[in-house]
Amino acid sequence: MGGRTRSDDERLYNYSSLLACGGKSSQTPKLAGKHRVVIPHLQPFKDEYNRFSGTYVNNRIRTTKYTLLNFVPRNLFEQFHRAANLYFLFLVVLNWVPLVEAFQKEITMLPLVVVLTIIAIKDGLEDYRKYKIDKHINNLVTKVYSRKEKKYVDCCWKDVTVGDFIRLSCNEIIPADIVLLFSTDPDGICHIETSGLDGESNLKQRQVVRGYAEQDPEVDPEKFSSRIECESPNNDLNRFRGFLEHSNKQRVGLSKENLLLRGCTIRNTEAVVGIVVYAGHETKAMLNNPGPRYKRSKLERRANTDVLWCILLLVIMCLTGALAHGIWLSRYESVLFFNIPEPDGHIVSPALAGFYMFWTMIILLQVLIPISLYVSIEIVKLGQIYFIQSDVDFYSEKMDSTVQCRALNIAEDLGQIQYLFSDKTGTLTENKMVFRRCSVAGFDYCHEENARRLESYQEAVSEDEDYTDTLSGSLNNVAKPRAPCCRTVPGGALGSKPSDHLSGSTCAVGSGEGASEVFHSRQAAFSSPIETDVVPDTRLLNKFGQITPHLFTSLDGTIQRPALETFYIMDFFIALAICNTVVVCAPNQPRQKIRLSSLSGTPIRSLEEIKNLFQRLSVRKSSSPSLASGKELPPGVPSTFVSRLSLFSRMKLTSPMEEEVSPMNESSQGCSNSACCMQIEKPHSSAGLTDSKVESLPGSPLASNLCYEAESPDEAALVYAARAYQCTLRSRTPEQVMVDFAALGPLTFQLLHILPFDSVRKRMSVVVRHPLSNEVVVYTKGADSAIMELLSGVSPDGANQEKEQMIIREKTQKHLDDYAKRGLRTLCIAKKVMSDTEYAEWLRNHFLAETSIDNREELLIESAMRLENKLTLLGATGIEDRLQEGVPESIEALHKAGIKIWMLTGDKQETAVNIAYACKLLEPEDRLFILNSQSNDACEVEMSVILKELQKKTPASPGQASLRKCSPQPPLTQDSGQRAALVITGKTLEFALQESLQRQFLELTAWSHTVVCCRATPLQKSEVVKLVRSHLQVMTLAIGDGANDVSMIQVADIGIGVSGQEGMQAVMASDFAISQFRHLSKLLLVHGHWCYTRLSNMILYFFYKNVAYVNLLFWYQFFCGFSGTSMTDYWVLIFFNLLFTSAPPVIYGVLEKDVSADTLMQLPELYQSGQKSEAYLPLTFWITLLDAFYQSLICFFVPYFTYQGSDIDIFTFGNPLNTAALFVILLHLIIESQNLTWIHMLVMIGSILSYFFFALVFGAMCVTCNPPSNPYWIMQEHMLDPVFYLVCILTTCIALLPRFTYRVLQGSLFPSLILRAKHLDRLTPEERAEALKKWRGAGKKNQVTSKYVDQSTGKSGRRPVSGPSAHAMKSATSCAAEQGDLPLCETALDLGFSAPEASDMMDPKI
Amino acid sequence: MAASYRVNEEVDGRPPCAPGGPPKTQRPDNTAFKQQRLPTWQPILTAGTVMPTFFIIGLVSGPIGIGVLVTSNRVQEIHIDYTGTEPSSPCNKCLSTVVTPCICTINFTLEEAFKGNVYMYYGLSNFYQNHRHYVKSRDDNQLSGDFRALLNPSRECEPYRRNEDKPIAPCGAIANSMFNDTLELFLITNKSNPTPVSIPLKKKGITWWTDKNVKFRNPPGGGSLEERFKGTTKPLNWRTPVYMLDSEDDNNGFINEDFIVWMRIAALPTFRKLYRLIEQNNDLHPTLPAGRYYLNITYNYPVHSFDGRKRMILSTISWMGGKNPFLGIAYITVGSISFLLGVVMLVIDHKYKNNSNTDIALQFYILKTKLWHMYQGQPYSA
Repeated sequence: MGGRTRSDDERLYNYSSLLACGGKSSQTPKLAGKHRVVIPHLQPFKDEYNRFSGTYVNNRIRTTKYTLLNFVPRNLFEQFHRAANLYFLFLVVLNWVPLVEAFQKEITMLPLVVVLTIIAIKDGLEDYRKYKIDKHINNLVTKVYSRKEKKYVDCCWKDVTVGDFIRLSCNEIIPADIVLLFSTDPDGICHIETSGLDGESNLKQRQVVRGYAEQDPEVDPEKFSSRIECESPNNDLNRFRGFLEHSNKQRVGLSKENLLLRGCTIRNTEAVVGIVVYAGHETKAMLNNPGPRYKRSKLERRANTDVLWCILLLVIMCLTGALAHGIWLSRYESVLFFNIPEPDGHIVSPALAGFYMFWTMIILLQVLIPISLYVSIEIVKLGQIYFIQSDVDFYSEKMDSTVQCRALNIAEDLGQIQYLFSDKTGTLTENKMVFRRCSVAGFDYCHEENARRLESYQEAVSEDEDYTDTLSGSLNNVAKPRAPCCRTVPGGALGSKPSDHLSGSTCAVGSGEGASEVFHSRQAAFSSPIETDVVPDTRLLNKFGQITPHLFTSLDGTIQRPALETFYIMDFFIALAICNTVVVCAPNQPRQKIRLSSLSGTPIRSLEEIKNLFQRLSVRKSSSPSLASGKELPPGVPSTFVSRLSLFSRMKLTSPMEEEVSPMNESSQGCSNSACCMQIEKPHSSAGLTDSKVESLPGSPLASNLCYEAESPDEAALVYAARAYQCTLRSRTPEQVMVDFAALGPLTFQLLHILPFDSVRKRMSVVVRHPLSNEVVVYTKGADSAIMELLSGVSPDGANQEKEQMIIREKTQKHLDDYAKRGLRTLCIAKKVMSDTEYAEWLRNHFLAETSIDNREELLIESAMRLENKLTLLGATGIEDRLQEGVPESIEALHKAGIKIWMLTGDKQETAVNIAYACKLLEPEDRLFILNSQSNDACEVEMSVILKELQKKTPASPGQASLRKCSPQPPLTQDSGQRAALVITGKTLEFALQESLQRQFLELTAWSHTVVCCRATPLQKSEVVKLVRSHLQVMTLAIGDGANDVSMIQVADIGIGVSGQEGMQAVMASDFAISQFRHLSKLLLVHGHWCYTRLSNMILYFFYKNVAYVNLLFWYQFFCGFSGTSMTDYWVLIFFNLLFTSAPPVIYGVLEKDVSADTLMQLPELYQSGQKSEAYLPLTFWITLLDAFYQSLICFFVPYFTYQGSDIDIFTFGNPLNTAALFVILLHLIIESQNLTWIHMLVMIGSILSYFFFALVFGAMCVTCNPPSNPYWIMQEHMLDPVFYLVCILTTCIALLPRFTYRVLQGSLFPSLILRAKHLDRLTPEERAEALKKWRGAGKKNQVTSKYVDQSTGKSGRRPVSGPSAHAMKSATSCAAEQGDLPLCETALDLGFSAPEASDMMDPKI
Repeated sequence: MAASYRVNEEVDGRPPCAPGGPPKTQRPDNTAFKQQRLPTWQPILTAGTVMPTFFIIGLVSGPIGIGVLVTSNRVQEIHIDYTGTEPSSPCNKCLSTVVTPCICTINFTLEEAFKGNVYMYYGLSNFYQNHRHYVKSRDDNQLSGDFRALLNPSRECEPYRRNEDKPIAPCGAIANSMFNDTLELFLITNKSNPTPVSIPLKKKGITWWTDKNVKFRNPPGGGSLEERFKGTTKPLNWRTPVYMLDSEDDNNGFINEDFIVWMRIAALPTFRKLYRLIEQNNDLHPTLPAGRYYLNITYNYPVHSFDGRKRMILSTISWMGGKNPFLGIAYITVGSISFLLGVVMLVIDHKYKNNSNTDIALQFYILKTKLWHMYQGQPYSA
């Protein structure tokens, strides 16, 4: 198993490292040289097949660890990998050595056997469950091509082998990783849903291997003569490299686009055929199952060190025993009376006897090392997890999910978190991207209406999501009768609506109609009404309206400027609509792609003339020279116009020509009317041509019924935004994208290339052939920083054009800054026109990159760089991502709990800072320091300046904040009235993370109570977490929702995944998964606190219990010549830990509740006890041990003095000792317990009863058994003896008196915060509210003082307190300058306020 | 589809929620137990709440202690050491003499009459009966009359298991080292009549009933004890075989009560074992009237080799056994301490009740914070 676990670990590492670099897997090890060759599993290739595929595994999976035969040996083998079990095994073996034997051999084995059995049963059940599932899966049926029958036959999954041809129908699950060779889709596409793999519910496209798509009939396996060479099995879901070599040695590259992964489901495609390349355990899905995660919690590590102390104690005690026995024996060496010689008659020398005694004592006192501790901890953790998972507060109606505890053994770490690292998007925010603003060609469009609409949503929707669901549902129903109404009342309100939009006459009507057109589909991701609804901006709509066929006619000789802007707008929207990977589907037939089978190019041909025209009018040529050319062509214009009309007439348009020429609103009105009628006919019509045309008409009601499946919410938001402007993405195939463009009608873009988004480039591009200009156009969309660097300064058309661009760029940049300030996510849209030769050249290089196997990623990035340059900026968009419900409150509570929160985001600085203000991560009165430097040295200087500033301000505590190892960070920031916050950008972070600046950086962060890292890459995120975690030695928690947070989640002590909209990768990597950020506060403040307190108290109790009990035996050694005699019956001795006192601590560990959940939520300060590990400090351990020693002394010596010199016999003497110890140990638990329920009582009484029952029954039955400790009738004798009771009561009282008194004094003289909070629980609700107010009031006074400080400085003119954002910018820009003279004033104020603060101190702290 | 879903979900440990499956909600049950809202008793230990407990303990323990102490003091007890290590002792001669049996006599006087049943003990000190090897060295099966064990004693008895190829009955070191002094008690009634009166010592009734009747049994068989023990040999140190320990059959062999008492090994190295019973004849006369007695000892048992002492103890008995003042004193002490603590609690409660923990708690808090800061190496800055 060792080997296996190691490979598991390795796998885990690989997986994380891959994700860490966002799928850029250049550093993946073990690839080169080891390729896999797949030969069809068919007759002609039999020999070759056997040669290659012999070693490949088949598709049978076995996730079980054990088989029926090897269960016992293997399970034992595994269990004995644990040090503890090995130790107990050692003890058992030791007891078989006659010389040192202390107990009967069988008895020592008992605890070990019990523990092993319990765990074996647990493992066995788990494995059996897996076995049943495996069996079910292995016996699923799929269709595999059979050589014999020459057709596809049903076959179990387990019999599928590499090289088999598989035919799958719609909605079937893919049984193995297969390369797609055929799809019934005419474009060679196959849609798959990967929710089984990564939880993402949107559809993804896969493509038939190039060259096979054209084959019309289904691929015939018999004729398939190619061989596939691909990389060896690996776990990277986002990569597949290989090529297919035809018999004529021609190679075709294979990529992940050609691979169907096991576990996914075929959707929207009638049937597909593929060849298996990886099967069974070699499939990517199986390789990606990292299995359960094993982490060791801080508490457990702490407990382990104390176990080591216990071992030391044990050794000392045993050495004492051994030494003393040697000395004792040397005195009585010759007394054969009780110094029994060996069987052979000789007498063991004292030294040797002492040596033997050492081992005997180890066996005797073995219980000191609590074997049951480990089992109990596991049980308790299961119980805690059970309670966390059944907390109804974590239930999210919307997603029908509750918290998932994926790691079972670190729940108590939740109570000790000191640093929280949070992702922003999707974690703090809803990740529902809403189009808010855009800037096109340097003009900002505010979308006021849209903003208003959103506000109303915010109020209504956020509370009740169901309401909108039903609303949209009913609206959908309402929409149905629209069609007939449309027919009977042509030109009615509904019909005229789109024209209103276009003309931009009344925006109010538009908005109303827009809202009513809500369609909410449950199936599609990112399509809540908030996201899909966009109300167009009136101004932009006006300008947009100018994009008409008129444009081309009116072009001759007139205004050029607006035209240029119009082209910008047009390109902008086209880019929004097509520069993405959105899949279009119709929601009323879920998962059914809209079929445009006849997209053969007729519309393109029919638009030929317009295209020619447009070519001349394209953006590049529309400047002055093109005007000249335009002038040269006046005669051509009418002709093109006529042909355009002919196009419209071909669409069965009955409207007269005049209408077409007349103002647009009328014409489109007519169009839409007819479209309406068409729509009704549509189901019956099979003529693809008409169909597509009708659908593509502007204003067709169908347009709103389209549903987009996007990989990221931004994409969806942009496409929906484009749709709102009548630029509707209609369909997407690998070859073409079709867009309804308002007045221009359907435009079909030939899709030449997609360069997908990646986190390194931070942009994506599409290369299309523009249908109008017939040029190769690159549309790029990406982060503003990425795009701005790639813009071209040089234009061949001269200075004018260039200036234009410069102005636009400047303006856009201004707008971008503004957007970011408002917390919007910004994207830039740019385009580039390429000549055919340029493109051809690029394509050649790109093709090389694509087909290389080994360092394809680098080559692809290089290739992308060659394409994405010299861009022309079109505009920018601002997308709002609203905060999740309850986030500010949660953050506030977590802050109060003393958790330092870092926000790590990829967004830009302004966006990040504003979101931070919005979610109360930053408070207006915080001092904000911004680290943004371009070089290493500058960074260092800046950091030291800020540090000095901070240190000056709190003169009392200079350098101590620096990293003294092993000491918790001083809670400085809470002491000083004002909190400091640090903002650092990704670039600077890079410097700060370097070895030389690490220390300074950490010192700086130790001073700030919030740190915001913006523009951070996934790798940086994990590095930051790693740095803080390892250097400050603090407990860290990372929370995130996307794949980019995976590495961070895995690095932190606790990783929490938010199961949001971005798939399941974060959740799969996490220890706990929650559905909303606000659940985090209860998870930490309540469950974390409870779990930590419970477990630590239970562990301490275990140590106490074992030490207290075992020491009885040790004290007895002083009176039996250190000979290792036990005065207790062995069975009772063993059962004491195993039965009589095992259940109460477990119950205590599961049900203990020091403070109620409500109080914990209301007083986050209580969390700090867990951070400081107050429940389990090293000192606590030693005090507990001391108490245990005391109690055992009492337990021994009270009976000792009572029975001293009497005729009591050894086992009768042991009985009151045992009984008293039982009472002491159980009552000790009651003293320590903070709450007692009937379960506690039941278990306590049950334990006591079971003890007496056992003792009585055993005493009655056991006449000769169990020599030499014969318990016969002892308990019975004692129960009739009043002295027995007197002794037990006295012992119990004396033993517990000190602890009881201590607890009482603590409760009344110096209660901890926890205890004081506990008092609140007892009050009536009214009193409680009053008390809480008082409590908080004390805390608030503190804040008031700090506010006062702030205001006074504000009055003195240095720090005007205005809105948060203004303040932020102010402090950001003039931070250093401002702080120059600040400290003086503040120290003075500090003095003035020190008195009230001192009295207020007690509440926010401890 | 559900199947594939389950593959992943099982491996990941995610709760099952197959999309498209029956609308089974994941909502946890809102029960008191699951939501950890069970009605609980939350003991808060403060001076006020526990004060009664202390007083009650104090008030109950005191009287108990006094009662126990009085009872213990009423017990009459006399120890006669007859080890004979002191040269003046009459038994000194037996330490070195080769004369067997060595008989010595010790005179003593009872100042008070012993009333009620009087128990006669022999006491040994520094005798580690509880030594592990010693404790083990017996065979309970043999002693309970198991015939097989009789002839083939347990290995634990080594090296006292066999003697000259014959199994030893009873085997083991415990039996081998059985106490074999004989004690006789005589009352010198008066000076005029020197013929002492022998005090009747009852041999039977000194063991637990269960030991005598259940645990210890002679080997089965119909014949005489000697026949039943045929094939065995006596322990090395014994003078007589086990079936000749006593003349009466119901006190012979393994069920000999002296033997049974010896086999119940003492808990501590200084111990006493019940030797004989002196039963009260009638209520009018004390069992042992005050006066002079002498103890006749057949001195066999060597204890000087391990610095042991031998004593004869005469003791009356109360409901709580022999004389031991410890329990009484302990109870009285605990009672008074807890009463005292009760008073302290009363004071604390009275003094700080009105302030409801705030002032003093604040003081302690500030102190604690200061200490914390000192521990952290930083000055306390409020």
